[in-house]
Amino acid sequence: MTEPKKVGSTRVPMGEQPAEQRIHNFDEVPLGYTPQQAQVEAQRCLQCKKPKCVTGCPVRVDIPGFVGLVAQGKFVEAAQKIKQTNCLPAVCGRVCPQESQCEALCLLGKKGDPIGVGRLERFVADFEREHGEIKLPPKAASTGRRVAVVGAGPAGLTLAGDLIRLGHEVSIYEAFHRPGGVLVYGIPEFRLPKAIVAAEVAYLEGLGVAIDVNQVIGKSITIDELFGQEGFDAVFVGVGAGLPQVMGIPGENLGGVYLANEYLTRVNLMRAYAFPRYDTPVVRGNSVCVVGGGNVAMDAARTARRLGAEKVYILYRRSREEMPARAEEIHHAEQEGIIFRLLCAPTEYLGDDKGMIRQVRCQEMELGEPDDSGRRRPVPKQGCTFTLDVDMAIIAIGAGANPLLTRSTGNLTLNRRGYIVADANGRTSRPGVWAGGDIVTGSATVILAMGAGRTSATDIHQWLCTGHSARNGAASADWNTQAAAQ
Amino acid sequence: MSKILRKRELAPKICEMVVEAPRIAHKAQAGQFVVVMAEETGERVPLTIADFDRGQGTITLVVMVVGASSLKLSRLKAGDELYALIGPLGIASDIEAFDTVVMVAGGVGTAPIYPIARAFHDRGCRVVTIQGARSKELLFWCDQIASVSDEHILTTDDGTAGRKGLVTEPLHELLQQDTQKRIGCVYAIGPAIMMKFCSRTTKPFGVKTVVSLNSIMVDGTGMCGGCRVEVGGQTRFTCVDGPEFDGHLVDWDLLLSRQKVYVTHEGCALERATQEISVAR
Ligand SMILES: Cc1cc2nc3c(=O)[nH]c(=O)nc-3n(C[C@H](O)[C@H](O)[C@H](O)COP(=O)(O)OP(=O)(O)OC[C@H]3O[C@@H](n4cnc5c(N)ncnc54)[C@H](O)[C@@H]3O)c2cc1C
Ligand SMILES: Cc1cc2nc3c(=O)[nH]c(=O)nc-3n(C[C@H](O)[C@H](O)[C@H](O)COP(=O)(O)OP(=O)(O)OC[C@H]3O[C@@H](n4cnc5c(N)ncnc54)[C@H](O)[C@@H]3O)c2cc1C
Ligand code: SF4
Ligand code: SF4
Ligand code: FES
Repeated sequence: MTEPKKVGSTRVPMGEQPAEQRIHNFDEVPLGYTPQQAQVEAQRCLQCKKPKCVTGCPVRVDIPGFVGLVAQGKFVEAAQKIKQTNCLPAVCGRVCPQESQCEALCLLGKKGDPIGVGRLERFVADFEREHGEIKLPPKAASTGRRVAVVGAGPAGLTLAGDLIRLGHEVSIYEAFHRPGGVLVYGIPEFRLPKAIVAAEVAYLEGLGVAIDVNQVIGKSITIDELFGQEGFDAVFVGVGAGLPQVMGIPGENLGGVYLANEYLTRVNLMRAYAFPRYDTPVVRGNSVCVVGGGNVAMDAARTARRLGAEKVYILYRRSREEMPARAEEIHHAEQEGIIFRLLCAPTEYLGDDKGMIRQVRCQEMELGEPDDSGRRRPVPKQGCTFTLDVDMAIIAIGAGANPLLTRSTGNLTLNRRGYIVADANGRTSRPGVWAGGDIVTGSATVILAMGAGRTSATDIHQWLCTGHSARNGAASADWNTQAAAQ
Repeated sequence: MSKILRKRELAPKICEMVVEAPRIAHKAQAGQFVVVMAEETGERVPLTIADFDRGQGTITLVVMVVGASSLKLSRLKAGDELYALIGPLGIASDIEAFDTVVMVAGGVGTAPIYPIARAFHDRGCRVVTIQGARSKELLFWCDQIASVSDEHILTTDDGTAGRKGLVTEPLHELLQQDTQKRIGCVYAIGPAIMMKFCSRTTKPFGVKTVVSLNSIMVDGTGMCGGCRVEVGGQTRFTCVDGPEFDGHLVDWDLLLSRQKVYVTHEGCALERATQEISVAR
């Protein structure tokens, strides 16, 4: 091994598939660090006494702790260190918006590049998994308490992992035929390989978590029935924000106009990119416009490019600075030849006589006064419109609260926008029911959803340990008395 | 779970499957549907719950072969398991106490019409069913339909059974003869084009007309937006807002054009599926 370099101001670069190659496949774009690269990068860390980076991480990963272990080559130990607070490091290392979280506050960022916290996190998690070093942690003795989890996204999976280790019986109910939530149906393979999510799920199953797929709670089984005939003591709702938003402009329902959820689900979950080996088809546009500026828009645009589109436009109504997508995704999208048309918004989609989209009409915008979010509001520029020839459009302007479950559940307070109201511990208005993740906060991030799962797990554990249960609608004290007698 | 217990051919390219699904059978109501995947690489296909037996814990599905996925489903045998079965989905039919309801079933639409007709019949309504098909050999469940109908009119396009002609003809006559306005509601389920013309037939009479839309779906839970249709100028999701809608308000041309989005894919998939099957033989 070569002598590690002195603390450098630049980050060890990570290899990635060249753009011209990767636009023809769905393989992961960044190739990850080698052990040596990881060590060199980790050795740059100053091991700050009061590490700012940690305050930037929503779940307070012990960053100097794990980075220090990487520097020493103790990769498995490093992974275990992260897992004390973050049970999905292979995922977070890849999808967290590090530039606005942990890495944003790294001291090294003042003069040069901050530590590549995400890259290191990803490296150690991959190392641990690929070397078969994942060991099942010890489990507390069975408490005899049963918790149902609705939705197998990051919030539900995290909560399940915590509660099973505390000795509770945990069953996850998932509407789709595969667990993972947005991690499997939304985020594409080239950004988060599905094998990683599958390994995390297998780990939970190894711990004894039961995962019942194809169960739409609210339809197949109601929350009342989870407490009644199914006999659960507590329920956690982590159903995400699965309701696509539309703009309500003419032509939105033309053939070839997709809402991003459908487009990404077809390609990722149903693997339409491998059609006809997989039966689900997807329209392959040649000239595609994607409306929006977040991660979803980047994912849709880059997917369309991989499915053969010559031209892919991102239409975003504000400017580059306001784009909510991760910096790396915007960068990768640019490398892949995605055309950014900033400060414009579609006003109409025009179709042919077969009802298929052929054009999009756009309005140019300029930035006016700041709005509620503190960002400058885009206002139409008088008389400035243009038209693009497109044969496909993907609308990625955000998500709302899917009412399927909440409508069928009594005593659950929702806010004006249909999201579940929960307190700091995830408790809802209904005793015995917790909620967390996107269904409480609105579309946010994987790490925040996981954090919410963890907080609720702690609170549910306390609640169950003090003898509560929402089974059959009444709190039961039997377990409490038993526990007290011991 | 989701084992196919019995299967039989009802007509050329139409088969009936009785599937073990206790949870779904327990909940199912007339008008609802399930989403089915034949195999891991399969498509998510919506199918109406054509019948259910809560005691036995089974549901009945009727599949008409129109493309690759329905072909694959139809090739499954008794004893096989469905890879995925999700439901019951959609809003159940509103079984109001009408004096008389007219149920119009076109082709494979007979399957979804049956449980709804039965529910109205059980509710004490007078049920008049018009059951139509292209030809005699394509008619199925006639006895079953008759058992829940006070009047049962058969039509075939070629006149090989019942009346020769389209379902809209007896429908029009029934409405014309209904001087006392006893028909409170018309249900029309079948191919989109048939539902469109039934709605057009009832419109001048101002009779409430319910149709069950078969838009293309993926999740069936209101998440993807793929099943969107326009009803009364508003965008609605068939899977969660329907599948039943007011036939007089549906934008039929949009439904028809959205159903054709994947025609070239469908041809390719069907060719491949047919090849696979012949190789397997
Ligand atoms: C395309 C895309 C890209 C993204 N990229 C990033 C990124 O790079 N970085 C980042 O941090 N965040 C990203 N996000 C956001 C992030 O994925 C979400 O914030 C996060 O997944 C929310 O987790 P969750 O557990 O609350 O819900 P979800 O991940 O949405 O999971 C909810 C699960 O519940 C299931 N479900 C829903 N209703 C029911 C029901 N009634 N019964 C049973 N199950 C049900 C769903 O099928 C789903 O599996 C992205 C989101 C999308 C859509
Ligand atoms: C609520 C609902 C209930 C239905 N009930 C039944 C039923 O009981 N029996 C039955 O045989 N069929 C039913 N259908 C239609 C059935 O889902 C489609 O025929 C089937 O998906 C076609 O798949 P395919 O691959 O065989 O055909 P394809 O080759 O994909 O398509 C052939 C034709 O079927 C239509 N189609 C394709 N995919 C879908 C889809 N996912 N949903 C709807 N239509 C599609 C298209 O318009 C196309 O023209 C129902 C549809 C809906 C929405
Ligand atoms: S979990 Fe996310 S924010 Fe926290 S340290 Fe890891 S990459 Fe950074
Ligand atoms: S702030 Fe940066 S340098 Fe300091 S401990 Fe955190 S990662 Fe290391
Ligand atoms: S099928 Fe996805 S929203 Fe209806």
